Amino acid sequence: MKPALLALACLLLASRPAFAYRIFVSNEKDNTITVLDGETLNIVQTVDVGARPRGIVLSKDGKSLYICTSDADHIEVLDLATLTVNRVLPAYKDPEFMALSNDGNTLYVANENNSQVSVLDIPQGRIVSEIPVGVEPEGMAVSPDGKTVVCTSETTSMVHFIDVATHTVTASVLVGTRPRFAVFTKDGDRVWASSEVAGTVAIIDAHSHKILHTIHFSLPEVPKAAIQAVGINITADGKTAFVDLGPANRVAVIDTDTLAVKKYLLVGQRVWHGAFSPDQSLLFVANGVSNDMSVIDVKALEVTQSVPVGQAPWGIAVAP
Amino acid sequence: MPPSLRRAAALAFALAAAPAARAAAPITIAYIGLLPAHPPPSAELNPPPRDPGLLGAELAIADTNTTGRFTGQVFALAPTRSADPAALLHAFTAELAKGQRLFVTDLPAGLLLRMADAPGADHAVLLDATSEDDRLRGADCRRNVLHLAPSRAMLADALMQYLVTKNWTSLMLLTGRNPGDADYAAAIRHSAEKFHLSIDADRPWTFNPAAQQADTGHFQVNAEVIKATQGASYDVLIVADESDAFGDELSYRTAQPRPVAGTQGLVPTAWSPVMDEYGSTQLQLRFRDLAHRPMTNADYGAWLAVRAVGEAATRTASADPGAIIAYLQGPDFTLAGYKGPEFTFRSWDGQLRQPILLASPRSIVSVSPQPGFLHQTDELDTLGPDQPETACHFKP
Repeated sequence: MKPALLALACLLLASRPAFAYRIFVSNEKDNTITVLDGETLNIVQTVDVGARPRGIVLSKDGKSLYICTSDADHIEVLDLATLTVNRVLPAYKDPEFMALSNDGNTLYVANENNSQVSVLDIPQGRIVSEIPVGVEPEGMAVSPDGKTVVCTSETTSMVHFIDVATHTVTASVLVGTRPRFAVFTKDGDRVWASSEVAGTVAIIDAHSHKILHTIHFSLPEVPKAAIQAVGINITADGKTAFVDLGPANRVAVIDTDTLAVKKYLLVGQRVWHGAFSPDQSLLFVANGVSNDMSVIDVKALEVTQSVPVGQAPWGIAVAP
Repeated sequence: MPPSLRRAAALAFALAAAPAARAAAPITIAYIGLLPAHPPPSAELNPPPRDPGLLGAELAIADTNTTGRFTGQVFALAPTRSADPAALLHAFTAELAKGQRLFVTDLPAGLLLRMADAPGADHAVLLDATSEDDRLRGADCRRNVLHLAPSRAMLADALMQYLVTKNWTSLMLLTGRNPGDADYAAAIRHSAEKFHLSIDADRPWTFNPAAQQADTGHFQVNAEVIKATQGASYDVLIVADESDAFGDELSYRTAQPRPVAGTQGLVPTAWSPVMDEYGSTQLQLRFRDLAHRPMTNADYGAWLAVRAVGEAATRTASADPGAIIAYLQGPDFTLAGYKGPEFTFRSWDGQLRQPILLASPRSIVSVSPQPGFLHQTDELDTLGPDQPETACHFKP
């Protein structure tokens, strides 16, 4: 590259730092997505979207953000280069949360009011299958091998295992009341599923569908009723899990070997969902009642900062 | 859809979706409801809700059948409703004789007790969806009755706790003449004493409210409310008017500017159409889709009652009423009810523990128990009679 071009390239890079990343927070009650710079944690832009944005998922190419705009009964696609909604995908009714297939072409959408999972073909822009599940489906996750989707149904208190090839429920595991969120471990052998009202996390064998262990939480200064397990984030090395405890205003840190709670981190009010920074050094969590986002230092296990975002922040995603 | 058709449709769907259910007979829950003897006076602008209670039970059947698709269980509701108590009692004993053991009731205390004490009823369970009478959790408690509705004592305690947090400690109590009003007022007096609030005026409401709807009737109502509330010093006017005869005509008309709470105004209640916390929006929307009207207390109580049976059947993986009843009355039973914590039954009086909403017509003002009201085992037991003070002693 010629020096002049190199200089120009450097200048371009300087105007957008080479390792910058952005954080996206869905704000359920003011119909916006807050976009923050990952380095400065300043708000870059607040984007108006459809009614009641909740679950958000980054596309596999990192160029788009899929947004469940629940009360608009569809999924909006936010183009991350222009920060404009440039496509609307059908989602049947009341999409709350979704998971993306490993090839990035299919969204599995939980339709909370209709007790079903919609299978959305993204390139075709149409729903290709509807899978009946329990009452108020919410948590969605795709297995690492892409062959299985799990869905939690809140009022039914079940984790449903769905076979991707046949779009049928192959097993339903009864867990604690109001399961909200599920995630596969990296090896695909286990599913961690949180139960909001029971305030527990069930660790399920993804093959035998047996509950291997149930994690309980207890804080002397917090009433048991306020301990409501919601979002779960497991570090890439698989060693540490963070469980968001809703109105307990704490994030529990769990050693995945011993399954013991190592620490409770005080964050904002009604902590809901979280996402790691690309280098996994930070965990960002959305606090639905205090309208802010807490920043957790993953190594030090300390809360370092809180950043105001929109009204009733719900979901969170990070784009490198 | 008539219940029989709905049941058939639910069954057919389950057969299609879950082959395991092929041999399973539906788990039938009998719903026994007393209809008002006299239709309420004409109120075209504010009609009473259609089928209160029953539609909540129907929604819970639908919810529970959605779960049943994955467990091979099918649930059905068999409603019997009548304005004639004797006919209902006859229907109840006939159901018992047929082997029915799971009942959801929408009945006043007297009739509920006659059913609970009927020969053979000791092997059944009556899930009381609507009665708030304290005596059913006290001297007249029965081992085979579980209460999904909160008692008047719980409602009163929920309100008093909130007034304590506001430091609104001086009360005026205004009590109507309709059935239940005196019981509500008694619960308020007891609770005020428990939480060290002072009732500084305790008066009956004696005005006949018939003038309200007449032209210029509001002048007369205003004058009556001033008369009833003057000459006293207090922070909050507490109204005991369970039949909505006059309580809505108090606000803005009192001699001194004071808020109204109790059966109207700021209302301690099991449920409210404006509740939207703890995921309850989903329940409210499902109910609206089914009933085309807002969800009432009676609907919520009946929904909880049917869901309790469904939860017990799911957790025990059993259709056997005996196993379901044992689980309902056992230590492992919990129920999610869109108000935060898990609900459980008090072992000493069969009352469902639950938070109580403090609702105004358009917003949730607070939810009790209030922070800071502590309890050695469960903060929900700061609402209503706790174990040491219960008057309920089940017959062995």
